[in-house]
Amino acid sequence: MAYTEEELKKELETKEYEYGFYTDIESETFPIGLSEEIVIAISKKKEEPEWMTLWRLEAFKHWKEMVEPEWANVHYEKPDFQAISYYSAPKKANPNKSLDDVDPELLEMYKKLGISVDEQKKLQNVAVDIVMDSVSVATTFKKTLAEKGIIFCSISEAIKEHPELVKKYLGSVVPQKDNFYAALNSAVFSDGSFCYIPKGVRCPMELSTYFRINQAGTGQFERTLVIADEGSYVSYLEGCTAPSRDENQLHAAVVELIALDDAEIKYSTVQNWFPGNKEGKGGVYNFVTKRGLCEKNAKISWTQVETGSAVTWKYPSCILKGDNSIGEFYSIAVTNNYQQADTGTKMVHLGKNTRSTIISKGISAGKSQNSYRGLVQVNSRAENARNFSQCDSLLMGNECGAHTFPYIEVKNKGAQIEHEATTSKIGEDQIFYCNQRGIDTEKAIALIVNGFSKEVLNKLPMEFAVEAQKLLEISLEGSVG
Amino acid sequence: MDLKDKLISSFMAFENNVDVEHSVHDVRTEAIKNFELKGFPSKKEEAWKYTSLNSLQKIDFSIFPREENTLEYKDVKKYFLHEIDSYKIVFVDGIYSSYLSETTHDGVDICLMSAALTKPMYKPVIDVYFNKVASKDESLTTLNTAFSREGAYIYIPKNKMPKKPIEIIHFATGNEASLLLQPRNLVIVEENAEVQIIERHQSLTSNEILTNAVTEIFAAKSAIVDYYKIQNDAATASLIDNTYIDQKDKSLVKIHTFSFGGKLTRNNLNFYQNGEYIDSTMKGVTILGDKQHVDHHTLVHHIEPNCESHQDYKGIYGDGSTGVFNGKIIVEKLAQKTNAFQQNNNILVSDKATINTKPQLEIFADDVKCSHGCTIGQLDEDALFYLQSRGIPKKEARALLMYAFANNVLESVRIPELKTRINKLIAKKLGVNLGFDL
Repeated sequence: MAYTEEELKKELETKEYEYGFYTDIESETFPIGLSEEIVIAISKKKEEPEWMTLWRLEAFKHWKEMVEPEWANVHYEKPDFQAISYYSAPKKANPNKSLDDVDPELLEMYKKLGISVDEQKKLQNVAVDIVMDSVSVATTFKKTLAEKGIIFCSISEAIKEHPELVKKYLGSVVPQKDNFYAALNSAVFSDGSFCYIPKGVRCPMELSTYFRINQAGTGQFERTLVIADEGSYVSYLEGCTAPSRDENQLHAAVVELIALDDAEIKYSTVQNWFPGNKEGKGGVYNFVTKRGLCEKNAKISWTQVETGSAVTWKYPSCILKGDNSIGEFYSIAVTNNYQQADTGTKMVHLGKNTRSTIISKGISAGKSQNSYRGLVQVNSRAENARNFSQCDSLLMGNECGAHTFPYIEVKNKGAQIEHEATTSKIGEDQIFYCNQRGIDTEKAIALIVNGFSKEVLNKLPMEFAVEAQKLLEISLEGSVG
Repeated sequence: MDLKDKLISSFMAFENNVDVEHSVHDVRTEAIKNFELKGFPSKKEEAWKYTSLNSLQKIDFSIFPREENTLEYKDVKKYFLHEIDSYKIVFVDGIYSSYLSETTHDGVDICLMSAALTKPMYKPVIDVYFNKVASKDESLTTLNTAFSREGAYIYIPKNKMPKKPIEIIHFATGNEASLLLQPRNLVIVEENAEVQIIERHQSLTSNEILTNAVTEIFAAKSAIVDYYKIQNDAATASLIDNTYIDQKDKSLVKIHTFSFGGKLTRNNLNFYQNGEYIDSTMKGVTILGDKQHVDHHTLVHHIEPNCESHQDYKGIYGDGSTGVFNGKIIVEKLAQKTNAFQQNNNILVSDKATINTKPQLEIFADDVKCSHGCTIGQLDEDALFYLQSRGIPKKEARALLMYAFANNVLESVRIPELKTRINKLIAKKLGVNLGFDL
């Protein structure tokens, strides 16, 4: 353990939901409801060119014809799409200003969140793009990155300044009509991050986006587009929190990754949206579409730590289109109290010699339901495809559930697929062993859970790994009596 | 008229031939209502995602065979397990053949469903067991229930064990251009009793045959049921097999399914563990070629604590065949200390073959051990080379490796003669003669 018992105790006392504060920042919020006018208004507000407005309207047209999916193993009250405000922006923020101009109140909030922009800028060598209520408020390290030709900015800025890139790639991996929430997002996304790594460039630092829903009654719809040109490398981090509220908030993001020939993208998420209180009231609905496209010899690696959200519905996927491409998925999903998670991945093997690895660890406690749902598909032309999947579930208490739905579809004889799933609880003998050596039960559980999740935690960048480890402990506190 | 409408209108005609005073009449009427509501399952349903019944529904199946057809024993001898003595319940085109059968009432009842459904002496048993574990909701099962009239009825009283295994064989002769058969079996094994059953569906014609069978098995306390399903039918025969098993304390039910033939085969195995210390085992070997399609759908519902389930399915898929495996395990909140294991291994030997597998674990209890493993791969090239370097031709070497692959399942076959028979079937299917027994 990286920190002392005192610290742990302190943490546990405040463990309710430490990011649950609300910052009173004056913001500009659109009236609730969704219509063509709202879509146009959002586009206008963002000063977008005409093609973008049309693109949004097309998505909206598709969305109107779609029905909300019901196949996921989650139960929730469906959000009323006409009762949400689709645009909320902190009034004083202007994405084009330098950091010094950012509202001090905002900066104060980020300090509370432990992601002091200043500090990070100086110490951690991480470039951060902060998105609050779906609007990008600050992007750091722009200059350093620009020297290498790397574009890292908010997506609205990219639409204006790099339309050729956005036009080419936006919606190329997740088309507007891909699914209900992707269509909704395509119509109303208000901001997000954009990143382009030029040919042969290895991004010198971790890029990071930080998402927060602050305003009440708003939905957050951000769009992330990461393009790694031939032979480049980038590691991208994403973090999410929201204030504690009684109502359910909707978060429907779309992330598209494009790894061209020989490129590599590593995408890590620590998702800690407000999970609702102990009685299961409130919390964020997290319905996210994340997908990456691998060209020849490219590699995409998804790592996620999911501890928040009342309902999660998320399947980061890889389309292994190019020969010899690699897809990876490492995930820890923790659910406690009344949380529900239906998460997993899709690996679609199209090219020859493609490889994929899936490691998924689910931990359920309290009255939560945790599902893994995955698809490994090997196309008839995908010679020598290789997949290894492992899904382990850990159950704490007898009121929670763990479910596994792995789909495997193979149409090529050269494929080698292995899948393993196990479900178990923390052994009494393991806890006894720790107790016997003077480690109390609470800590013993933390220790065992850490060991259980180690394979995934190891894949996270350093500073995230420490945070994730702490998060795990906090989320599970009090779950075993 | 499509098949669904034809079936529904035929129900009236069917009703005229059976006793409408009997309590089973209500069960049938209820069942046809459900079928009318649901119809044939479509690919849109999750459980039928990978198996389509569309082409079968286009065939104009005869629902009632017009006339009886007789078969000579010598012509069909090879389909029986003739090396050993056994009880036999034989049906030809859905009609009981007393000439080929050997039934008994000596201590145990090994006889006909039609007798059990009509004779008053069986009424108490029918009232307690008939249609009690079979789904009242699944459309094809209710279709069978609506037309349930004939099949095997097996009742083994407390502490009894029949002297020899029981063979249930359904022959189709091709008297009709296309025939739909709906046998209904009921197997009741009382406390501490034991039974061995071999079931086979055999078409002797190139006419289209569709069998929609339902078997209900009740295993009381400490009962042992050993059930073997041999599916090596003609290329124009399709089978939808629905088996429902109700198990009580300490009972052991083992079902082996050997799928080598048929056009479309769908196996729905449903185990319900209504007691403690139960063991449910299902094993299967599937070897397919041509355009064959086999779909194994298993469900084990762990309801009470301290039970076990074991699943082991091996598949070898060649040519343009398709294999589906969907294994569902549900562990209820109460079912602590459950051990549930599931294994599904597949070999694809052709680029046109497809395998779709979807295991499903739904677990609500914390003190359980549940695992599931699934592999899809090829024969080990090194092993193949090793065998060839020792003078075994490639074809035989491949067959030998496939034998080894399937052996786990064969090992647990408890009737030696059946094991030999299945070995021969596998050899034939793989097109080799090893010249020795494995």
